[in-house]
Amino acid sequence: MAIATASLPAAPKSPFRRVLTFFYNHPNLTLVMLLLLPMLWMLVFYLGSIGGLLVHSFYYIDDFSGVLQRQFALRTWSDLFTPSHFDVFLRTFSMALAVTLASAIIAFPLAYYMARYASRRMRGLLYLGVMVPLWSSYLVRVYAWKLILADEGIISWTFRSLGAQGILDAILAIPVIGGRSLSFSFLGMFLVFVYIWLPYMILPINAALERVPKSLIEASGDLGAKPGYTFRKVILPLAIPGVIAGSIFTFSLTLGDYIIPQIIGNSAPFIGLAIYRYQGSAGNLPLAAAFTVIPIVVMVVYLLLAKRTGAFEAL
Amino acid sequence: MKKLWLLLLLVMLLPLGSAGAQDMVMEVGAGEGRLDIIAWAGYIERGETDPAFDWVTAYEAETGCMVNVKTAATSDEMVALMNEGVFDLVTASGDASLRLVYGGRVQPINLDLIPSFANVDERLQEAPWYVVDRDGDGTKEHYGVPYVWGSNVLMYNTEVFPEAPTSWNVVFEEMTLPDGESNAGRVQAYDGPIHIADAAMYLMYHNPELGITDPYSLNTDQFNASLDLLRQQRELVARYWHDAFIQIDDFINEGIVASGSWPFQVNLLGAQGAPIASTVPQEGATGWADTTMLHSDSPHPNCAYMWMEHSLSAKVQGDVSAWFGTVPSVLAACEGNELLGPDGCETNGLGNFEQIRFWRTPTEDCGDADEATTCVPYREWVSAYIGVIGGR
Repeated sequence: MAIATASLPAAPKSPFRRVLTFFYNHPNLTLVMLLLLPMLWMLVFYLGSIGGLLVHSFYYIDDFSGVLQRQFALRTWSDLFTPSHFDVFLRTFSMALAVTLASAIIAFPLAYYMARYASRRMRGLLYLGVMVPLWSSYLVRVYAWKLILADEGIISWTFRSLGAQGILDAILAIPVIGGRSLSFSFLGMFLVFVYIWLPYMILPINAALERVPKSLIEASGDLGAKPGYTFRKVILPLAIPGVIAGSIFTFSLTLGDYIIPQIIGNSAPFIGLAIYRYQGSAGNLPLAAAFTVIPIVVMVVYLLLAKRTGAFEAL
Repeated sequence: MKKLWLLLLLVMLLPLGSAGAQDMVMEVGAGEGRLDIIAWAGYIERGETDPAFDWVTAYEAETGCMVNVKTAATSDEMVALMNEGVFDLVTASGDASLRLVYGGRVQPINLDLIPSFANVDERLQEAPWYVVDRDGDGTKEHYGVPYVWGSNVLMYNTEVFPEAPTSWNVVFEEMTLPDGESNAGRVQAYDGPIHIADAAMYLMYHNPELGITDPYSLNTDQFNASLDLLRQQRELVARYWHDAFIQIDDFINEGIVASGSWPFQVNLLGAQGAPIASTVPQEGATGWADTTMLHSDSPHPNCAYMWMEHSLSAKVQGDVSAWFGTVPSVLAACEGNELLGPDGCETNGLGNFEQIRFWRTPTEDCGDADEATTCVPYREWVSAYIGVIGGR
């Protein structure tokens, strides 16, 4: 070794080279330099704006002039905890939960088929089918659904032509989820939410299933497990992190959406809509900020629980 | 560290300093070469959408002030823009104008510098949504000049109502409509807290013992009675409307037959051949009147004054009204305007003026001489309406 080193020509000590050597000898400093910009971005723009929001929730609006008072007070928080706001939280969380469960139930078989049975060609087609809606305008798709669900829309028309009007009427007569027509009901809103967020559930489940090693399944079979047993004991546990990763998307996206509840449903406010109203129409930024804190807290708790299951590996 | 706190303190005090009182402009000098206006989409047209509708180019040529328009979709967006940005003018509706005045964002206007103000419909010259005594010296100041106005009419389906409904009760009380079916699920209401005033106006007519004199100044009892009426309405309303085009779709595809609405939707549905008409029932109607207001820190006040004068010319007033379906503030505009036509003002609701209660931001100050009475402020209208629509 010593001979080899000695035979090398001495490196020319250009300034550039010196800089490189300096960074090579101080790996920590290199890391700081590389991360400085993204970290600043993260801290100032991302966490900073959330922090600003939190601070605002402790300000309040002056009753007379409606001008924002930048003084610490808990008034806004006591305004937040009223029965009608609890209704808003309950409504939003139930919807988010229902949408998440339904998406998981629909997405799992499809993702399973894509990961395990579909031919290469079929898989490509299915990927395209799942992704294409994401490339078109969200608003256009929601408005299209308003027409599909309308009283004079294709769903009602189909039921009517089949002479099954009674079935649709019976469904719409169910209290709470029913309504005058599908587009006026929570049921219709639920369908649209599931449609819009389904791809965000399919993709992570598919990723998790694709990572289940074939050898494990074969081993399970070799040891005498029937296919159903293998599915329950081997495949499902390994796919659960994917389901939870998907649920993070569907749950948080439903929590925050304020466009679908404006177009479909019976106008009952959701969290996003209430925030939009308070900030937009009342100019009550503190109350809107306090409103925002609730879904943030719920999501943080949810993410902490999800982290325990290893869901972040499947993202 | 001490310096940092001082800096923070200064930043917090910043908005307080800028909201101070303004001296009124005493004369209009040469234009500053630029004018920034916040306006409703379609309010300031320069012929880009349709060459026939252009009331900017001539102004620019005459004054040398290049007009810059920032469009806003809601009153609240306008207030926010005025609070945060540097603009000259805003076309504020009645539910925004007082917020701007009491927030110190707009300055009083020297009417001597706007000769055309004399031509404004006399009924609008002292309107309470922009003429107030803010400094408390006993005389009222004008915070702007009127632009155009319109009313919230009762739109109905003529196949269901062979005769025009005579009362707003078709959207407030459950009843059997002329076609033999209930109105439940077949009527709509406006999805904004200002709709509480519609309920108050209805009660003003039907429950005189409540003593409501102004649907925008409600004490707690009157406010609660209005909310009770709205809770009853909630049972009838399948969905509230806020977007004109969604409402049009609901009338065509969802079997909605009656709702409060704007002449805009009535005209559009009529143009499509739908069996739709509108009326102002016996209780009257609410409406909106927009005011061109001047920012307290306007960088181009001379151009702004010249625009206000220009905006009150009969030609501009008539053209805007033809474009947007509004009624001009200058009555001379109703005659001889090609775009508006001879019946344009009547079609857009000129005859309804006396029956219209114009939008005004509800404030704690009831607007009467009695200092002791307080009214429910707009902030509470918002949270109460969220509760009502949520079914509580």
